[in-house]
Amino acid sequence: MLINVSGINSSTALWYASRATGVVALLLLTAVMLLGLLVTRQGRLPGLPRFAVSGLHRNLSLLAVAFVAVHVLSAVADGYVKIPLSAAVIPLSSSYERLWLGLGAVSLDLMLAAAVTSLLRRHLTRWAWRAVHLTAYLSWPVAWIHSVFAGSDLRHGPLFLLAVACAVAVVGAAVWRMAAAAGDVPRAERVGLLMTAVHARDKYKHRERTLAK
Amino acid sequence: MEGTTDAVTELPRLLPPRDGTPGGGSGRGSGGASGGGQAHDFRAHAMRHGMLTYRDRIGTLIGEAEAAGLTGRGGAAFPVHRKLRAVLDAADKRRRTPVVIANGAESEPASDKDATLLWLSPHLVLDGLQLAAEAVGADTAILYVHANRAQDVGGRLTEAIAARQAAGVDRVPVQLATAPARFLAGQETALVNHLSGGPVTPTFVPPRITERGLNNAPTLVQNVETLAHLALIARRGPGWFRSVGTAAEPGSMLATILRTDGQPRITEVPLGIPLKDLTGDLRQDDAVLIGGYHGTWLTGAQASGLTLDNRSLDQADARVGAGIVIALPAGRCGLVETARAVRYLALESAGQCGPCLNGLPRIAAALAEIAGAGRYRARAQTVTDVERWSGLVSGRGACHHPDGTVRFVRSALRTFSAELDWHKRGRCSAADTRPFLPVPQHTARSEKDWI
Amino acid sequence: MADKLLVNPIDCEGHGACAELLPEAITMDEWGFPIVDPRPLPPSLERHARAAVSACPTLALRLLRE
Repeated sequence: MLINVSGINSSTALWYASRATGVVALLLLTAVMLLGLLVTRQGRLPGLPRFAVSGLHRNLSLLAVAFVAVHVLSAVADGYVKIPLSAAVIPLSSSYERLWLGLGAVSLDLMLAAAVTSLLRRHLTRWAWRAVHLTAYLSWPVAWIHSVFAGSDLRHGPLFLLAVACAVAVVGAAVWRMAAAAGDVPRAERVGLLMTAVHARDKYKHRERTLAK
Repeated sequence: MEGTTDAVTELPRLLPPRDGTPGGGSGRGSGGASGGGQAHDFRAHAMRHGMLTYRDRIGTLIGEAEAAGLTGRGGAAFPVHRKLRAVLDAADKRRRTPVVIANGAESEPASDKDATLLWLSPHLVLDGLQLAAEAVGADTAILYVHANRAQDVGGRLTEAIAARQAAGVDRVPVQLATAPARFLAGQETALVNHLSGGPVTPTFVPPRITERGLNNAPTLVQNVETLAHLALIARRGPGWFRSVGTAAEPGSMLATILRTDGQPRITEVPLGIPLKDLTGDLRQDDAVLIGGYHGTWLTGAQASGLTLDNRSLDQADARVGAGIVIALPAGRCGLVETARAVRYLALESAGQCGPCLNGLPRIAAALAEIAGAGRYRARAQTVTDVERWSGLVSGRGACHHPDGTVRFVRSALRTFSAELDWHKRGRCSAADTRPFLPVPQHTARSEKDWI
Repeated sequence: MADKLLVNPIDCEGHGACAELLPEAITMDEWGFPIVDPRPLPPSLERHARAAVSACPTLALRLLRE
């Protein structure tokens, strides 16, 4: 849908707005991923209460959705290139930058699914919610690829470094999370392990001599 | 009405009588055979008790169960009519056909009465199962039994079920299922979880299994002894059932008695029978354990004045439970025995709930110290810790495993307080260090032990 | 018309957000798990109770209308 705007200036403004909100959205989504990974390990942010980790994860994800919405709408509204609104959610339906925009749509779809299922979590089974939420592991890399290849902003200069930093952070955090989880004791073995631990500790804890009966 | 000669000669009801002699019980250890032919044989059963009479109407039995005042014999003593009614109502409301399960898991190590009943009178249980299925309109019946027994109970039950099939007695086909060898295997939500293909670990309530159980259907889980009583009530009537026992707690029950000689005996007794009739004479400082490892230790003095019914036992913070009565022989240390049992109980925790997972192992370790493991002195701080952890653990799990364990522990520290004083000084009064309470060796080590 | 708090101890992993948001009714035991006051909740705390329920990462905390 091509919106007729008067003159090049508004169009350029919209185009820049789309690019800028795109970068901010990527940053927010990176933060959301990092926080989400932290929640799974019951990690804490220094100086902040426990509820802040999951609270920030949720609030920032909603903020990210808002930024993505502006990012999409401003790109559609801008008249310089023809991008139908449907291309935001239906992959490969735009003629402009068909593949890279398509990936953006994929990522947005997954993101919306994760957000909506989380808002409606009470009405879902644990498994259903979790299955959808796990698609974040796909959604973020796809969003990153879209960000880097759908324009050229993130392929040069400081924004390039930013993109790399985001990737390193998320990959690093994900690897840390998997490694830590691999060290978790399976439920059925927890009791046995704790029994051994508390019995051994007490054995060495005090050194009183044996007393005769 | 309680324990009169007439009532006593009426017993046993569930178990076959010994050769010719009315009343009394039957041991199960050697042969455990009874007079009157092979009582587990279907024909012998029909001769003694008559044929199973269906009511031919859903719900009729519920009124009879209510009139009889039958309560569950699995330990919780929940009124049977209320459970039947709950399942029937759920089935109507949700338009789902219910499932009935006969619970013969008997995962309490010190109990043997269900296995004995299934060995000697399987047809009473199977009759009760059919009647319960009819009462709630179920189309699926499962008999859930513990595999690890001295006798091949599973084999005998398979034969019994086949014999009934051949005779066309059963309206609902009965499936036999094996309970894993876990302490929690008989817990009703764990049982349903296991039969659904999962581990035998409890699930959170709500929803109750009477609402939503196996395959999401309203599920009735009833102890096998309860079903056997139901089978007889259907034939002889509620008034007959009430002719023994107390007014508030009518009927008879199977009890596992472990006397000081260490020989377990299964006896059918009227509710309200004096404890000392079961244990033999008790001295002041003897100790009696009522209700198994989720039960209560009592002193000989206390036990001498009490009867086997909840109204009486309540005064001593005890419950009838599944009818386990154990008399600790003189010269044994109650603290050592308790510590051994609690170690087992801790290892049998499902490990799903933070308080239980954290509390029971610590309580077990503390009791080991109190018992004198490693010959260390029991410290006052350790006793305080046990009390604190007991308070933290009780009522905060998805099932009553921590609660029962805490009751057992607290009663031990109360009943054996004199012994505890000795242990605080690094001494123990026990002359005999051989283990007395039956505690299984094998405990859960990994995920596969729970399947 | 009062509400009651209920925690599913199987789902609870001891994240601790609930105790921070509703200290009037939830305290943490020495192992990091919530001890929930079983008494009915005063209406003034309802908003905070809802925040606590919402903050639980495993949805182990529930508010029951009674």
